[in-house]
Amino acid sequence: MRAVACRDRSVALRRGAGGLLLTLLTALSTLGVVGPAHAATAPCSPDDATACLNVTVTVPGTGPAAGVDLTVAGQGAAPVQVTTDDAGKASVALTAAGDYTVTVDEATLPAGTTLKDPAANPATVTVALGRAAGRIVQVLPPGADGAVEASPTDDTGATATPDDADAAGGDAEAGAEAESSAEASAAPGTNRYAQLLLAGTVFGLLLALASLGANLIYGTTGLSNFAHGELVTLGGMVAFLAVQRAHLPLWLAIILATAAGALLGWFLNRFLFRPLRRRGVGITQQMIVTIGLSLALVSAYLFFFSAQPRPVVSGISQRMQLGPVQISAQSLVSVSIAVAVLALVAFVLARTRTGRATRAVSDNPALAAATGIKVESVISQVWVVSAALASLGGVLLSLYLNTTRFNFGSTLLLLMFAAITLGGLGSPLGAVIGALVIGLVVELSTLVLPNDMRYASALVILILVLLVRPQGILGRAERIG
Amino acid sequence: MPVDEVVQQARRDLAPVPRVPGAPKADALLVADGVRRSFGGVNAVDVEHLEVQRHVITALIGPNGAGKTTFFNLMTGFDKPDAGRWDFDGTSLAGVTASRVAKTGMVRTFQLTKALARMTVLDNMRLGARSQPGEGLFTALVKPLWAPREREITDKAMSLLERFKLDTKKDDFAGELSGGQRKLLEMARALMSDPTLVMLDEPMAGVNPALTQSLLGHITDLRDTGTTVLFVEHDMHMVRHISDWVVVMAQGRVVAEGPPSEVMADQAVIDAYLGAHHDMDLGDDALLDEGGVIDAEADAEAAAEVPTPTEEKAP
Amino acid sequence: MDFGQLATNVLTEMLGPTAIAYALAAIGLNIHFGLTGLINMGQAGFMLLGAYGFAISTIQGAPVWLAFLVAVAAAVVFALLLGLPTLKLRGDYLAIVTIAAAEIVRMIGRSTALTEVTGGAEGLTGNSFKATFQDASPFPDDRWTLGPITLATNASNSWWLRIVGWGLVLLACLFVWRLVRSPWGRVLKGIREDEDAVRALGKNVYGYKLQALVLGGIFGALGGVVFVLASSVQADSLGRPVTFNTWTILLLGGAATVLGPVLGSLLFWAALVFVRGFLRGVIPPDTLSVQQIEQIGWVLVGLTLMALIVFRPQGILGDKKELAINAR
Repeated sequence: MRAVACRDRSVALRRGAGGLLLTLLTALSTLGVVGPAHAATAPCSPDDATACLNVTVTVPGTGPAAGVDLTVAGQGAAPVQVTTDDAGKASVALTAAGDYTVTVDEATLPAGTTLKDPAANPATVTVALGRAAGRIVQVLPPGADGAVEASPTDDTGATATPDDADAAGGDAEAGAEAESSAEASAAPGTNRYAQLLLAGTVFGLLLALASLGANLIYGTTGLSNFAHGELVTLGGMVAFLAVQRAHLPLWLAIILATAAGALLGWFLNRFLFRPLRRRGVGITQQMIVTIGLSLALVSAYLFFFSAQPRPVVSGISQRMQLGPVQISAQSLVSVSIAVAVLALVAFVLARTRTGRATRAVSDNPALAAATGIKVESVISQVWVVSAALASLGGVLLSLYLNTTRFNFGSTLLLLMFAAITLGGLGSPLGAVIGALVIGLVVELSTLVLPNDMRYASALVILILVLLVRPQGILGRAERIG
Repeated sequence: MPVDEVVQQARRDLAPVPRVPGAPKADALLVADGVRRSFGGVNAVDVEHLEVQRHVITALIGPNGAGKTTFFNLMTGFDKPDAGRWDFDGTSLAGVTASRVAKTGMVRTFQLTKALARMTVLDNMRLGARSQPGEGLFTALVKPLWAPREREITDKAMSLLERFKLDTKKDDFAGELSGGQRKLLEMARALMSDPTLVMLDEPMAGVNPALTQSLLGHITDLRDTGTTVLFVEHDMHMVRHISDWVVVMAQGRVVAEGPPSEVMADQAVIDAYLGAHHDMDLGDDALLDEGGVIDAEADAEAAAEVPTPTEEKAP
Repeated sequence: MDFGQLATNVLTEMLGPTAIAYALAAIGLNIHFGLTGLINMGQAGFMLLGAYGFAISTIQGAPVWLAFLVAVAAAVVFALLLGLPTLKLRGDYLAIVTIAAAEIVRMIGRSTALTEVTGGAEGLTGNSFKATFQDASPFPDDRWTLGPITLATNASNSWWLRIVGWGLVLLACLFVWRLVRSPWGRVLKGIREDEDAVRALGKNVYGYKLQALVLGGIFGALGGVVFVLASSVQADSLGRPVTFNTWTILLLGGAATVLGPVLGSLLFWAALVFVRGFLRGVIPPDTLSVQQIEQIGWVLVGLTLMALIVFRPQGILGDKKELAINAR
């Protein structure tokens, strides 16, 4: 038994290592395609005698604001004037710790733009020796009220130093919660409640698409996949690259994104999770593997795409009036795609042999195997489909939210878990229902809560469901043996 | 009265008890009334009345799915019934949590042995003891507060381990023991708290036949020292051999009660359980005949009982 | 490539407040997971609450000892709120709930609605809450050099903070060591193996799990206080990634051992700083920016976690036989 285990392990090791190497090489090679993510501002390197103050000026949803003049003054030193580079960044090295004021020269802002928060100019920033302090200044594009509501409320802190324990997602992650869609805004001519209901439904359907995959994976393998958010992000990223860099039409980009997801799903199952299952690695351990995977992927995305939010498509889609609500043509198409795909999945699960086999494996893998179902092949298909669904959902969601960034999938992860748990772990229909409820809760909560706490209300629902009815709406209660 | 006389009296008291389901006993330790539990429309347990006599060995038998383990779970607080009440030694236990039930003196073992694999045998045993002040968070920090009681507990654990012939394994991890040894460990551990009623869920399941005899011996020892035993079992030989009273369940209800010999002949039991195979020879009954044969064999076994690791590796 | 400077940086970080904070957080997590088998994915939430508790009470005028107490109390309350309803749930449910709870804490903390109290997204700047701690130091305000390391004695990332911090770590280790070898620890180990068996032996499993959750949370809160005493209280700097790092540290050093979390933290930060510093020194800045090198570091962390849990789940100090990973 030991000898076999050793052999399996070395095979798995070789394969796993080969797979990882392949991933790394592929990833690194795309550096050429994507290009360096930053223009060359000489990075200020904080050390014992130096502190860094990094200022970034950005137009949310569009990109950096170059050529903006800033003045940094304080601590008795002469004021320093800097200008932002192509990436919108300016860096000042300071030799004394303490508070400094940062003043933006509004005359040098890009044409037609204004400061988002004029009251915060000048702003005070505290710097400490050996560390970098950051400040992000947001600038509103011309005519920015109405169509796009809140901008991502980014936080301070570019983390360039080893001192900061801020990890990849840490800082910039925050902003994503406040991103809302065009649909949620109350333009004139709409009923606010109805509009929010619509927004909630749309968001819920797209969320259902994205989270269905996680539910399927949980159902067939028992694995809570914490890296699912990164599969969603992948969709957005690939679509962005296809449209903005390779100038492909949107429909092709969507297909490519879905295919990329499918490929990654297949890859992960084949080279990571299947060997783990073969080794008999427990579910808890596999879950922790997904956590490590999530961290690695998020950091990789951040590596290639930086923390900038990127729009997948430029320009705003035509809005149409439907009774008391408005909806953009793009959202309508997205929803149609989502509904069609969900219906297709439902059909496959209910009527086809593959679907039945999947349900059998979900119910009882050992029994399914005993009846001749090739469990591994079913699981492989489930991974491919789940990841494809996630990426498709990711594209549609990034279209809906007007932007994609390296971590928008991981911020949605908890919402997806909430949807799945609410609906019932292991029940696909439940996941859809759960997602709809979560979508509605998230949007409707803005009636009473501030915008940046929207997701919190969904999480509270998640906790409540787990307390009151852990098996969710459609799940089955567990029995003590 | 000395213990063995009490026990003999209790066994004699079973003679006049009517052979009907729910018959009242002279000195009932556990009394259950109207206990019902259904899962999704299926009646798992529907016991109108059941009394378990003190100081005797009662067997609970029935086909698979009859509700025996569910009944155990309900009585010991591991599951909540839809309705019903039950009293243990005069105290009502309905709605009492599993750990509190165990504290009242009603201790159970599990069908799938729950020997705590990554703890040593001795630690397993120590865990079974009651009233160790060191188990409180703050007292645990001050060693002198719990060290004496720990010594007492260890002594008791060692004597029980010797009785069950596991003393040489005291520092091994429980996961390294064979299946049968783990059963013994679980039983020994259950005895650490000097329970009044021991409920064994299929104690023979998965035990190699060589150990069966000693297990039987341990169970009768339990009764002879004053502990009441209620066990679930499928092995009819064992049931016939050591139980003083048999309760038969089928489809959640109690269908028959009585001494082993009579119950086996009851038509309702035959229909529900033994079916067409009741007079098929299921084994060598000669082994179970009372008298010199079994005692000599048991002694020989006990002496030779050092199961080698290779033989008894648990799967 | 100045190896001398790199070595100094590594040494400084390895013994610095971040490593201390993570060591404390990992010790807390060890009580949760290593000892009791609770999958707490929200340790960062405890850290953040401790930090807020300390900072806010200091800003309101509390003396330093009271501020520490408030931090501890915040963790206790959070643990009770979390634990009372959820400890009856299965393992991976608890993981999801703890993540969600920690995220909620972070979202509330950074929300604009509470800017007056928590500083919103910007957080609470250092000067507002460090004074009482720094004043409590017996050292004069200065900069001292010990070997290759030069630091302030009292301000922010200081010798004083390190002394207090490592002192806390030492106390925590002693505490855990005592508990692990006691009957209380034994019950927890049993719970980790099989709750139902322990229930059947008359132990109040629920109560024990709650105690473990509270205790581990307290250490997390203390870690959070140390963390922010070296920088500032920003909700986003104590988010999900911090929890995941803590897990990596715990598993690296060895769950269910007394010194595992500490060793894990030392090695983790030494390695991370070394790799980053090395790459920065070796790769020219126009090929990869500083931020990108940092991301490479994190990718490696993620990969390390994956490799650890698969190939050596008992970490460096753990015992394979007593392997603390439970497939519930």
